[in-house]
Amino acid sequence: MKSLLKNDYGILVALMFVLAAPPILVKFGAMNSYYISILIFMALNTMIAVGLNLLVCHAGQISLGHAAFYGIGAYTSAILTVVYGCPLWVDVIAAMVLSGVIAYLVGAPTLKLKGHYLAVATMGLGIIAFIVMNEWHSVTEGPSGIVGIPRLKIFETVMRTDMQVYYLYWAIALIVILVAINILNSRVGRALRALHGSETAAAAMGVNVNSYKLKVFVISAVFAGLAGSLYAHYMTFISPPSFGLQFSIMLVLMIIVGGAETIWGALIGAVLITSMRAFLGEALGAYKDYDVIVYGLVMMVVMIFIPAGLAGGVSIIARKLKRGSAQPEEIGA
Amino acid sequence: MKSRLRMLCSLAIITGLAMAAGLLAGCSQAKKEKVEEVKEPYKIGAIFAVTGRAAPLGEPEKETAEMLVAQINEAGGINGHKLELIVEDDEGDETKSLMAAKKLIEKDQVLAVVGTTTSGTTLAIMKTFEEAQTPLVSCAASVKIVEPVNPWVFKTPQSDRDAVLKILEYLEAQGINKIAFINDSNAYGVSGKIEIEALAPQRGVEIVAKETFGGEDTDMTPQLTRIKGTKAQAVICWGTNPGPAIVARNMKQLKMSIPLIQSHGVANAKFVELAGDAAEGVLLPSGRLIVAEQLPDGHPQKQMLIDYKTAYTGKYNKPVSTFGGHAYDAIKILAGALERGGADKAKIRDEIENTKNFVGTAGVFNYSPEDHYGLDVSAFSMVEIKGGQWQLVSE
Repeated sequence: MKSLLKNDYGILVALMFVLAAPPILVKFGAMNSYYISILIFMALNTMIAVGLNLLVCHAGQISLGHAAFYGIGAYTSAILTVVYGCPLWVDVIAAMVLSGVIAYLVGAPTLKLKGHYLAVATMGLGIIAFIVMNEWHSVTEGPSGIVGIPRLKIFETVMRTDMQVYYLYWAIALIVILVAINILNSRVGRALRALHGSETAAAAMGVNVNSYKLKVFVISAVFAGLAGSLYAHYMTFISPPSFGLQFSIMLVLMIIVGGAETIWGALIGAVLITSMRAFLGEALGAYKDYDVIVYGLVMMVVMIFIPAGLAGGVSIIARKLKRGSAQPEEIGA
Repeated sequence: MKSRLRMLCSLAIITGLAMAAGLLAGCSQAKKEKVEEVKEPYKIGAIFAVTGRAAPLGEPEKETAEMLVAQINEAGGINGHKLELIVEDDEGDETKSLMAAKKLIEKDQVLAVVGTTTSGTTLAIMKTFEEAQTPLVSCAASVKIVEPVNPWVFKTPQSDRDAVLKILEYLEAQGINKIAFINDSNAYGVSGKIEIEALAPQRGVEIVAKETFGGEDTDMTPQLTRIKGTKAQAVICWGTNPGPAIVARNMKQLKMSIPLIQSHGVANAKFVELAGDAAEGVLLPSGRLIVAEQLPDGHPQKQMLIDYKTAYTGKYNKPVSTFGGHAYDAIKILAGALERGGADKAKIRDEIENTKNFVGTAGVFNYSPEDHYGLDVSAFSMVEIKGGQWQLVSE
């Protein structure tokens, strides 16, 4: 257990070093500063993916509506700051709280049911949220969106340049990962692992299955709400299409491709899918409209050859390297 | 222990590689349309929704921009400088649009950018252009793009407000003062509704019924039946295909004889095709591109509209669209500013603002520090569909 802790925190430290590289590369002209904006979106997607990873991996539930929480977070921040002049950061907290409350209201009844009802309920939530964003003109300004969302400030410094936003958002993303690791290594995490293994066994051991599932669902929604709020402050403009079903599916794709067995799968998935979203179109040239096929292929290849996802695949390789010809054991914690 | 270390390293490497791979892919794939260099070429960017849902708008914009740049370069460029156009596709997606904007500004270091296709994407990137002090000439229509004025952002399409004003002018001439309004629930439809609610009372026109329909609705009979029960003397419909065509068909089925006035959002062949017989007699305010040949000789726009039509149809073998026209205006205005201002972003911005009496496809542009829209109600003509063809009603 202890060495496992060391392991995850070790990766976190390694990640910090990796993240220090882009600014240095930009400084020495080896990388164009435009790529920093892509790395910012990677940070946002990582935050959501980490929450979703907790839900998929440890509560054994899938959400097809996380874009809704992302949108709720973004709209809460936008409306509070633009219309009501709410102080910065207070709106970020409010966005997280509101996402959490809505997740609780949706999760409380649906998570009591056996099976994948949460997937259906969250998909419904995603569609409803999308309709509300489009139709509640007096509050959301409808399809034309909300303009003029202020940039975040730390004390008196406005986060104006991409580099500042990069440091801030990745710092927050690392905190989100740290929180997730701590949750997994706590009593809650052990209960979740038991739950993942066998719900019946966990329940028999006295684990309150529903309550834990609900907690994880709320936490994942809070992370998505946080990312949404930060997205709004970075873009300074939001409108409904950014928060549709397609984005929910992209998020699930991140989890599947990255692998749901460790929290790092979320990071790898977020990094890979964000890069694909940024560059795939150009790479395909005239066949751009067919990018969905590539996403589908990637998903199929991962499911067939490395069902544990890329992160899971890496740990299998690592084990094989160590044990030589020994049988690969079941991957996981 | 050793294996964990290895796993840790592998993970770090794979993350790093994934990032690097993504970035490299981006570097090597950057799409450029190089031209021969004589003097240092002027680099300009364009962001259009070439694929995705807004592709029917973005594609003619891209083609028009490329055609014009080729024309300018064939004619020797701008003061001897060739134009280099770098086109990015944002697919109508706000996040992608922002990435494209950052790429053009920071990586390609363009002097100015033309685009985007949709209002949402322009609104999403405006602040970036203000902060990077780079001029943006948008091909999107929303009034939010120019109100309040962002010193670095301009737009070329006509505003919904002027289309509404044109309709109100027409209604006044016909002595109609009670109307029913039906709109698409998308951004475009809602914008029209806001404008007519604000302007109709000022012109003594009463809106006796307000109805909406969804973009995917296939039957508007209930809404129209309600309208039929009112004293409305005309129906005004604000939307983008296919909804407005269904409204036209349903009105015919309900044997409603009051005139149907559509918005400039359906000033395209698709509407006539979708509405079929029901398109007969439909009125709408429109730019003059679709009725260029019918304009009286000596109309300032006549010759240039015909020239653009001939060149575009000749090159791409398909009819021109209003949207391509927006890109035409944007590129021409920018080219004019480059000619007068040279390779200096601030001077280009000033010169766009100084553009006066520029005859474009959308109308005659007069920008000023307070007005980055540049057009007025005179940009519109009333057009009627007769026998499946556009017929100019009043200039």
